[in-house]
Amino acid sequence: MTDQPNSYKTGPDENGRFGDFGGRFVAETLMPLILALEDEYERAKGDESFWAEMDDLWEHYVGRPSPLYYAEGLTKHLGGAKIYLKRDELNHTGAHKINNVLGQILLARRMGKTRIIAETGAGQHGVATATVCAKFGLKCVIYMGAHDVKRQAPNVFRMRLLGAEVVAVTSGRGTLKDAMNDAMRDWVTNVDDTFYCIGTVAGPHPYPAMVRDFQAIIGKETKVQLQAQEGEGRLPDTIIAAIGGGSNAMGLFFPFLDDTSVNIIGVEAGGKGVNEKMEHCASLTGGRPGVLHGNRTYLLQDDDGQILEGFSISAGLDYPGIGPEHSWLHDIGRAQYVAITDVEALEAFQLCCAVEGIIPALEPSHALAHVMKIAPDLPADHIMVMNMCGRGDKDIFTVAKVLGFDMSDAE
Amino acid sequence: MSRIDAKFAELKAANKKAFVSYIMAGDPDFEMSLEIVKGLPAAGVDIIELGLPFTDPMADGPTIQLAGQRALNAGQTLQKTLDLATEFRKTDDITPIVLMGYYNPIYNRGVEKFLTDAKAAGIDGLIVVDLPPEEDSELCLPAQEAGLNFIRLATPTTDNKRLPKVLQNTSGFVYYVSINGITGAAEPEAADVAPEVARIKSQTDLPVIVGFGINTPEKSEAIAGIADGAVVGSAIVSQIAAKQSVTEVLAFVKTLADGAHRA
Ligand SMILES: Cc1ncc(COP(=O)(O)O)c(C=O)c1O
Repeated sequence: MTDQPNSYKTGPDENGRFGDFGGRFVAETLMPLILALEDEYERAKGDESFWAEMDDLWEHYVGRPSPLYYAEGLTKHLGGAKIYLKRDELNHTGAHKINNVLGQILLARRMGKTRIIAETGAGQHGVATATVCAKFGLKCVIYMGAHDVKRQAPNVFRMRLLGAEVVAVTSGRGTLKDAMNDAMRDWVTNVDDTFYCIGTVAGPHPYPAMVRDFQAIIGKETKVQLQAQEGEGRLPDTIIAAIGGGSNAMGLFFPFLDDTSVNIIGVEAGGKGVNEKMEHCASLTGGRPGVLHGNRTYLLQDDDGQILEGFSISAGLDYPGIGPEHSWLHDIGRAQYVAITDVEALEAFQLCCAVEGIIPALEPSHALAHVMKIAPDLPADHIMVMNMCGRGDKDIFTVAKVLGFDMSDAE
Repeated sequence: MSRIDAKFAELKAANKKAFVSYIMAGDPDFEMSLEIVKGLPAAGVDIIELGLPFTDPMADGPTIQLAGQRALNAGQTLQKTLDLATEFRKTDDITPIVLMGYYNPIYNRGVEKFLTDAKAAGIDGLIVVDLPPEEDSELCLPAQEAGLNFIRLATPTTDNKRLPKVLQNTSGFVYYVSINGITGAAEPEAADVAPEVARIKSQTDLPVIVGFGINTPEKSEAIAGIADGAVVGSAIVSQIAAKQSVTEVLAFVKTLADGAHRA
């Protein structure tokens, strides 16, 4: 840790790089499109009316600010650090995804685009996109891996209700990676009217930076709320979030990057365990740098540079890559990244239901499982903020199956 | 002079258009794809494009996606693709070979090592779909330095303002992608493509070859007629997918090559 920058918040550079990560690794057909998007985003970023519209929608449509909640049940149960949950699961549509979707759809409107495409894993980004498209009367096409269409059926139905076309992607293993491939293929085919609304901090520049900026509302609010709640200008000691592509985590982390007393922990999906069998989605813990979906980042890949299919019980974390800014934060040591297995996440899922009366999504259950590991050994004045980035309604079928509860006659 | 430059000089002297064929290396397996490649020059192919299989071919349609999966399932790797070129070079030292694929397998091997090995295997040029000019320092510039042509794709979205940037570090030829879309999708109309080719030729002396969606001898002839040559990929790959024999595949290739050469 010798060559640390003055600020961790200046990236990306003009080539879309965070250190060596990020970039614009796309086909020539898409290059003019992402340059146009970058221009428009730069203009919008400095435009007060853009942010005024965002703030208004965040407040009245999404329900922001989301509460910062002192989780007394968890704190007592674990008997160590003081645990707060950032309640982004209370957002309209049930996850953090809508924070970013609103920003991108407003940009799409500014650019005169009439057709929105998106990839989705758990279906939360798809639902958020379908929702905002319904609100603004935009045509919406969602690409979702065929495997995920099965395991996240409630969200598929939600998207259809909201008027979106859901395309089940059968290439590969039929998960998020494959959905993203097909969304890109749609985009190269429909360049004039279509806006690609990426759901996480990955993809070619400017997506990682733009999605981060839209999600940073999570960390900004947390900072203000904790100050009010704890008095005396207190920063948290540890902030922690689950990582699929890394957008809810980047949103929480970014405003705290230069507060170097704050310990930052990202939790990847460890699936069946991070070992040579590669049945996990822990790109940083078990992968190495490569180029996929427009950016250089840590990836799960074999010796030949072929991308491996990840594995996780959580469809939202089932992605073999990670946003490039996380790769950079990992390499320079500003954030720490750990992996949590399916079994550990399921335990956390149940604990949260039992002691907090909150049914969490499987994704933040991974973050909570790590909180369960470390909180007991920390002192009572150690403040830990975990991003409760989604609610578990979408996951009850998956969890019921694992726990042996028969829901086949659910109606 | 590179094999590619020599080939275009030869074609020009004979007043002929180029016919470029694409197949996926290792599809359906190493042996059969080697047999096909060996037969391509006699079937009239002027330049061989050899697909480098990748799990996530973002700019390819189902036909080439499936070809890549067949190849990977049969054990094809970047090394075996170079081996295939090495074997071919034992029988033919004239026909240029252009590797076409995505960056990750190359990056994973290490750019320097890849370039040394590709050169040694008799590869002449590279088309790497996900390396636009903005990323030239990754592979394009090192490749040119190593004596390999870096062939760029120009597309309908490449407007006149951007075209110089696309042409700047291109060598060998320019590959004009005739449609916005993935391989094997829409069929281009020669009448629509002609002004685009003229637009590119007004800014470069390099030959302009047109591909994407050409699937019949007639299209091959029509497109070659308005450019310096035509590329056919998915239509040939479909023959392999349909379990045609090496002889049948090559006979089909010959009809497409004859089409282009009539132009
Ligand atoms: C609730 C929830 N959390 C997390 C994720 C993972 O995405 P990211 O890492 O970008 O936050 C998803 C993705 O679908 C999600 O639905």
